[in-house]
Amino acid sequence: MRYLPLSDTDRSEMLARIGVKTVDELFADVPKNLLLKEPVDLPRRKGELEVERILSRMSSKNVAASSVPFFVGAGAYKHHVPATVDHLIQRSEFLTSYTPYQPEIAQGTLQYLFEFQTQVAALTGMEVANASMYDGSTGTGEAVLMAHRVTKRRKAVLSGGLHPHYAEVVRTLSDMASDSVVTLQPDVSGTEDILSQIDDTTSCVVVQSPDVFGNVRDLEAIAEKAHKHGALLIAVFTEAVSLGLVASPGSQGADIVVGEGQSIGNALNFGGPYVGLFATQSKFIRQMPGRLCGETVDADGHRGFVLTLSTREQHIRRDKATSNICTNSGLCCLAFTIHMTLLGETGLRRLARVNHANAIKLADQLSGVKGVEVLNKTFFNEFTVKLAKPAAEVVERLAEKGVLAGVPVSRLLPGAGLDDLLLVASTEVNTADDRAALCAALKEVL
Amino acid sequence: MLNRQGRPSAPQAHGVADPAAGMGDQAARLQGDANRAAGSATGSHPTFTGNKALAQIEPLLFEIGRHDTTGVDIDEPEAFESRLGGLERKEAIGLPGLSEPETMRHYVRLSQMNYGIDTGLFPLGSCTMKHNARLNERMARLAGFSDVHPLQPVSTVQGALELMNELGRYLLTLTNMTAVALSPKAGAHGELCGMMAIKAAIEAKGEGTTRNVVLVPDSAHGTNPATAALIGFVVKPVPAREDGWVHVEDVKERLGPDVAAIMLTNPNTCGLFEPQVVEIAKAIHEAGAYFYCDGANFNAIVGKAKPGDLGVDAMHINLHKTFSTPHGGGGPGSGPVVLSERLAPYAPVPFVRVGQDGFELVEQASDAAEKPFGRMTAFHGQMGMYVRALSYMLSHGSDGMKQASEDAVLNANYIRAGLSDLMSLPFGDKPCMHEVLFDDAWLKDTGVTTLDVAKAMIDEGYHPMTMYFPLVVHGAMLIEPTESESKASLDLFIATLRDLAMAAKNGDKERFTGAPYHAPRRRLDETRAARNPVLKWTPPVPVAEAAE
Repeated sequence: MRYLPLSDTDRSEMLARIGVKTVDELFADVPKNLLLKEPVDLPRRKGELEVERILSRMSSKNVAASSVPFFVGAGAYKHHVPATVDHLIQRSEFLTSYTPYQPEIAQGTLQYLFEFQTQVAALTGMEVANASMYDGSTGTGEAVLMAHRVTKRRKAVLSGGLHPHYAEVVRTLSDMASDSVVTLQPDVSGTEDILSQIDDTTSCVVVQSPDVFGNVRDLEAIAEKAHKHGALLIAVFTEAVSLGLVASPGSQGADIVVGEGQSIGNALNFGGPYVGLFATQSKFIRQMPGRLCGETVDADGHRGFVLTLSTREQHIRRDKATSNICTNSGLCCLAFTIHMTLLGETGLRRLARVNHANAIKLADQLSGVKGVEVLNKTFFNEFTVKLAKPAAEVVERLAEKGVLAGVPVSRLLPGAGLDDLLLVASTEVNTADDRAALCAALKEVL
Repeated sequence: MLNRQGRPSAPQAHGVADPAAGMGDQAARLQGDANRAAGSATGSHPTFTGNKALAQIEPLLFEIGRHDTTGVDIDEPEAFESRLGGLERKEAIGLPGLSEPETMRHYVRLSQMNYGIDTGLFPLGSCTMKHNARLNERMARLAGFSDVHPLQPVSTVQGALELMNELGRYLLTLTNMTAVALSPKAGAHGELCGMMAIKAAIEAKGEGTTRNVVLVPDSAHGTNPATAALIGFVVKPVPAREDGWVHVEDVKERLGPDVAAIMLTNPNTCGLFEPQVVEIAKAIHEAGAYFYCDGANFNAIVGKAKPGDLGVDAMHINLHKTFSTPHGGGGPGSGPVVLSERLAPYAPVPFVRVGQDGFELVEQASDAAEKPFGRMTAFHGQMGMYVRALSYMLSHGSDGMKQASEDAVLNANYIRAGLSDLMSLPFGDKPCMHEVLFDDAWLKDTGVTTLDVAKAMIDEGYHPMTMYFPLVVHGAMLIEPTESESKASLDLFIATLRDLAMAAKNGDKERFTGAPYHAPRRRLDETRAARNPVLKWTPPVPVAEAAE
């Protein structure tokens, strides 16, 4: 077996040194009748070539985003990631290191986490950011719990524009913790009356912008009302690139900003791994979940970085911890940070403009297709269209024609009576040919 | 004079009376580094830059980047009329950029300050730092896995669903369990998933308000009590016994109609298999409660024993430990949860189902015949990790996985045998599983602590073991070599620890208390970091302003 360095001679010598005859003597505490005598009922070892064949066969049954005109978004976006990013995150010293609990030999990880925290704070317009969460959805669940700790109230109000998976994650966690959640009706137009839901028992309002239907939401009035009632505004985003062009949630009064960072540096990966971004104000840091990297000095007075404020965390506080989170998304934050470093402010803003411009072109072209109505007044790089036929059916027909057109709203919100709605995303990867292909295919199907 | 790299722009002669005079903060720092070189063991040859050949000083991105620089060529779009509804960003973001070569160098230099499995032995107990095969990386990057969207039509991702189904089959076969929830994103998230399934099952029986206690042995990972508390359970500890085991009488004593579950790690964090696990499971079940097993230490028993046979109701599996998906400096992980027949109906969405026309993905509770308790995350979990883990399992096969567990256990016991005369074993010199636990009794009266030993190991080129965990042992040192180490590697490691042990006992305190001497940093001041948290870079105050 190529991964196992011990030879049979080594094993015999080692057993002799330990003072046992067989390796099973070391398993003496396992009940005898339950110790397996034979390998389990699975295939035997395979060489690299054979494993490659098996997995390549499975892979080839999937339609890769790059191989077709591709407009699927709804919380995960197809962007171009520079080759440098994937090379660097595969450096052994990054890839095969552990959580930096021994900071003297983990300054590489710690310094990029410090850079990541700084970038995320800047991007969201907040004072501090943590060293990442698993993803945007679980981060949102954690943000709600944090708001409960800060306000000592236990009721969250979820906007109808919040990604339905995110809402479901929050509801699952809240139900289990016996906290209450008010979820507003799906809000296709971004015009819901969320203000009237906020009162003195509200812990937090959770609003996504751009929302799941693509609307860019004005958060200021919501923040103001929330603060008047002692509640927090949790601003959510699922498309990090939007922050290059849209006013930051921090500038609009958000107390906690949480979102999905996949768009920058990370592949689609069929849903994971991704990276949750989490930022807040300095006064709340001791209620924050997740790891934090902080600056300090070493014994010689040189600047260095360490994980800090760990008295919030489970390995110290156990059942009194702010969260049970342990692992974060280390390598995905590294990818985010490297891509963001390559982009810089100039590149990020330009990338965001290209996304917005492409989406505008697409929306305008789709408006010219019979049976298609673009519903959004505002959007960044994704919007909702109303189709003359059920969207799920249309998407399936278009997939047969080699066009991946978007996400039917019915897939996220079945039974909501929104079966004719389709979410369409357009990023920098889309060409004029892609747009033409989508419009042509829709004309045939509708 | 500093250039944009934060370095002196022209060579300056050594021996200047005060070379830092008139320099900014960065230059002073550089000078400090140069002085450090002068003061260290290798410092008889100070360098101008403070660098020491391959050991390079690397400033923060924010100290070397420029706001007008980008390393990505993107064409400006044609003019357009914004549809942002007046919500355009007006203020600058404050994000510097670097060109591509500068980016490459910046992060390569950072990487060189890190220790990884590929650097050397990484005996971090309960973390299973085994070899990360690059085949798995290549497989995870196949376009059909990495470049597919979670919400593409199911007809266009049949291979991805097949892979998830196959991974599930492997996990269920290895554990003899009924159902698997793949979506949890890490071990602690898996624990949460398993405990939610237990809570849902209890509520289904109408005992939601009465069964609210979870028993957690003192030796458990911190995530266990944190998880239970997160969803409203009251945590009651089960004390540790002198032999390192959890005793069935101690569990029975605490059982009652209020107990929902026990969270037991097996093999436990003392490196021991719980010999009474079957009796404990039986007692738990008779009391109407559930058995959650923390699977962090599954690597000792893969292919040797099946948790389902031991009476486990739910167990998370850290794909990033047992099945070698890279730890990546702290993630991403993946924590699928296997469930017994009693809990299977409550598995969260989404899950893969084999339908008439191929694989189906059940994404809504309303589409399930079972009673899913909800959803753990957006989309379907850590696909990238599923591919790597399955690649590992296919490569090892049933025989290789069994051999890997045996080698992992053999290696740990070999270390135990090599050190038991010099270091102290808190539970006596008896066989361990895949990790061996020492305490600090052997350091008594030496003035050296577990932390000092760890830092001295860094100087010897090793990553330290897990220290001060589990909490039930004083000054714990938990060593897990994994199956990836050769005998030669273990021999050198044992010899090194013997040398360190002798040095400590012979009073060579300085070797320990000042360590590390040779790492990229000396010991870091964690107290200072926590007392006055600096969590992001802020621009230095201009000299003129500061003087006002």
